[in-house]
Amino acid sequence: MTNFFTRSRHGGLLVLALVLAILPLFLTNAFYYDVAIRIALNAIVVIGLNLLMGYTGQISLGHAGFYGLGAYASAVLTTHYNWPPLAALAAGAVATGLLALLLARPVLKLKGHTLAMATLGLGIIISIVINNETQWTGGPDGIGVSAFSVAGLEIAGEKSWYLVCAVLLMLVTWLALNLIDSPVGRALQAIHGSEVAARVVGVDTTRFKVRVFVLSAVIASIAGSISAHYIGFITPNLAGFFHSIELVTMVVVGGMASVFGSIIGAALLTILPQLLSSFEGWETVVFGVILMATMIFMPKGLVPSLASRSRKRASTPKAPAKPAQEV
Amino acid sequence: MLTIKNLSKSFGGVHAVQDVSFTVKEGNIHSVIGPNGAGKTTLFNLITGVYTPTRGEILLNGENVAAMPPDALARRGMSRTFQNLQVCMNMTAIDNVMVGAHLRLNQNLFASMLRLPSVRRADAACRDEAAQLMEFVGVGRHVDDEAGQMSYGALKRLEIARALAAKPKVLLLDEPAAGLNHTETGEIEALIRKVAQSGVTVVLVEHDMKLVMNLSDHILVLDYGKKLAEGTAAEVRANPDVVAAYLGVAA
Amino acid sequence: MEVAQFLQFLYSGMTVGSAYALAALGFTIIYNTSGVINFAQGEFIMLGGMLAAVMSAAGVPLPLAIFLAVIATGLVGLLMEKTVIEPAQNAQVITLLIITIGASLVLRGLVQIWLGKDTHSLPAFSGDTSIQFLGASLLPQSLWVLGVTIIIVLVLGWFFGRTLMGKAMLATSHNKLAAQLVGINTRRVLLFSFGLSALLGAAGGILVAPITYTSYDAGIMLGLKGFVAAVLGGLGGGAGAIAGGLILGIAEAMTAGYISSAYKDAVPFVLILLILFFLPQGLFGAKNSERV
Repeated sequence: MTNFFTRSRHGGLLVLALVLAILPLFLTNAFYYDVAIRIALNAIVVIGLNLLMGYTGQISLGHAGFYGLGAYASAVLTTHYNWPPLAALAAGAVATGLLALLLARPVLKLKGHTLAMATLGLGIIISIVINNETQWTGGPDGIGVSAFSVAGLEIAGEKSWYLVCAVLLMLVTWLALNLIDSPVGRALQAIHGSEVAARVVGVDTTRFKVRVFVLSAVIASIAGSISAHYIGFITPNLAGFFHSIELVTMVVVGGMASVFGSIIGAALLTILPQLLSSFEGWETVVFGVILMATMIFMPKGLVPSLASRSRKRASTPKAPAKPAQEV
Repeated sequence: MLTIKNLSKSFGGVHAVQDVSFTVKEGNIHSVIGPNGAGKTTLFNLITGVYTPTRGEILLNGENVAAMPPDALARRGMSRTFQNLQVCMNMTAIDNVMVGAHLRLNQNLFASMLRLPSVRRADAACRDEAAQLMEFVGVGRHVDDEAGQMSYGALKRLEIARALAAKPKVLLLDEPAAGLNHTETGEIEALIRKVAQSGVTVVLVEHDMKLVMNLSDHILVLDYGKKLAEGTAAEVRANPDVVAAYLGVAA
Repeated sequence: MEVAQFLQFLYSGMTVGSAYALAALGFTIIYNTSGVINFAQGEFIMLGGMLAAVMSAAGVPLPLAIFLAVIATGLVGLLMEKTVIEPAQNAQVITLLIITIGASLVLRGLVQIWLGKDTHSLPAFSGDTSIQFLGASLLPQSLWVLGVTIIIVLVLGWFFGRTLMGKAMLATSHNKLAAQLVGINTRRVLLFSFGLSALLGAAGGILVAPITYTSYDAGIMLGLKGFVAAVLGGLGGGAGAIAGGLILGIAEAMTAGYISSAYKDAVPFVLILLILFFLPQGLFGAKNSERV
């Protein structure tokens, strides 16, 4: 019996495609479209972050920093310097990728809470810089972002944006699923499972950790750029600590090491603030409660926990395992 | 195949391994035994790149590989298993074995993301090979399972399958019978013999004397980090120093 | 005057550094007894200051308000350990880390709901007139901060060295299993360490509230910086935490004074990156090697 969520890659992608295709029938006004688009954009970042955190086991509490870099690169280059949006996006992605590459080696030598601290520090430094360099970024007041147009064609209106984001989400999901089920993907998971075992079979663990770090940073940057154009006006908050925590929450709740879990986590935790938007304090409290409850009762996250529960029910009872005799 | 020359390792004032030399012939099963604290695991970790020697050489097929990291050794055909199982519990059993073949497969990020036909084909072939290896070591019925669902004895064999997936020239087994009961130990013994017959040179560290005596072509006895004796099973058994230090009166 | 200005920065750095030191102590104590980094430590600091400020504004005499605030925060620490840490006892480090992040969100959110987003302040303990010391002015409150911190450190030193519970905590931090084997109730030790860290955090928050004001989100930065101070000090012992806190506070003040006050908040995080890259064991911690 194969695990539906990991093996039937095609099944999962098909379901996703169907959902994305049918969803517009239920999106009866611009607000609902907005939520759907934001879910898609968040899901893209979260899939990237999950590759780093869930599959490779490297915690990052500063990912909003990379997202913010992409967003602000697009904003500043298109608004102040009239760059074509696609070029600005590429520039942001390259710059973020280079920064991640530069920092990856020293950062990824660390483990556990020191890694968490380092990524946290990184994210906060980025958000402080964005906040302070007012003449470029507009500082705490934010900056407007011009519309996204490619070769004269502008993406305007919620339906066009929805189409673009849905296609992007499908693409990123497909790429991520391919990556997981490949030698590179297995190497990453092995690093998480037992770094010494991975090294012994020949995995260059440092190189792989660096690659997935840079990849997830670049994905975040691209998502940030696109979000910036969609929202039209950005503030330094989107590179801030709370946003990094939101992203981690989405990974953790949806499911570490689960691409579809990332999408579900993003969906749940994008809708939630919308429901609580007039109750700011409550939003924080509910986020906190969800984080704690998930970690206590379903530490692997929603999708993996449900998947293993269904697997237990469906599989035939096994012969009792031989008692382990510890030496 | 593998020659150790004057290998020494000190941790500060503790001389864990002192001036040990021996040779492992290709295709043999070579065991390292000794009382607790004799330096067997340290020796193992030195050979497999986990520790850096203080002095001495480790010649693998003529090349000095002392102080090379484990992944460099893997590239030169060395594989190992661990005394305290290092199985990736976050992966399926077959994925664990497939990781063993890592060096033989495409490691390009973009090729993987795009799932190029060459990657797809190589992966399918790798999966088949891994399934066969799992059969070979005797855990074939776990092919569809998560590693976390398997018993301790099965996991020990899974680790061997992973080590074999790399098609190594020399396989180092760190206490393969640790934690196994009588029946399981017999199964491991048969497996190790099968592995050696397939052409892989085997070096093992072990406490189970029966297993060692049954399997080994050559035995190295360590005591207090130094070589105490070496020879065939019969020679070692009869050696009075070995008997005194380790085997006890009724051997 | 050059020297006077320098001293000015030094005083304010030492003041805020003491608050960081108390926060760092809180982190270190919990980390040592459980391996958990308590991201809610900052909220303990905030709670102490906020509770004291609210009670004092409502007419409660200052000493009583302070006392009640510290006790209440200590109870919150105990409650947190009991409700969310204990159920997840054998979880991985990252799980516990995220639980503490969740707890910090809950605490902050509840305070935001109950007390709003305004800043509050405490009256200074002994007035606002600055004292002239060596050519620079020092707030009396700063002396309180430094003085009380020193006293707390001395008391802790006595506690860990002389009392049974203190020694039990030390034993647990060195080797949890061994401690259990000699009959130490490590769960109670963990509970106590959360309570103690909450008390320390609250004390720190109360001490600096008259100077820096406090609000529902004061805990975030204070907590993070306290953590940086703890890591700077090596997450090992009290001396490291204190040194880490003071060094951080002074570095921050010097940056604010001589370079740019806008970037003063970046100092702890740049420092932490440098430390983690070059000296991951902190300034005073021991290097550990892993046995395979």
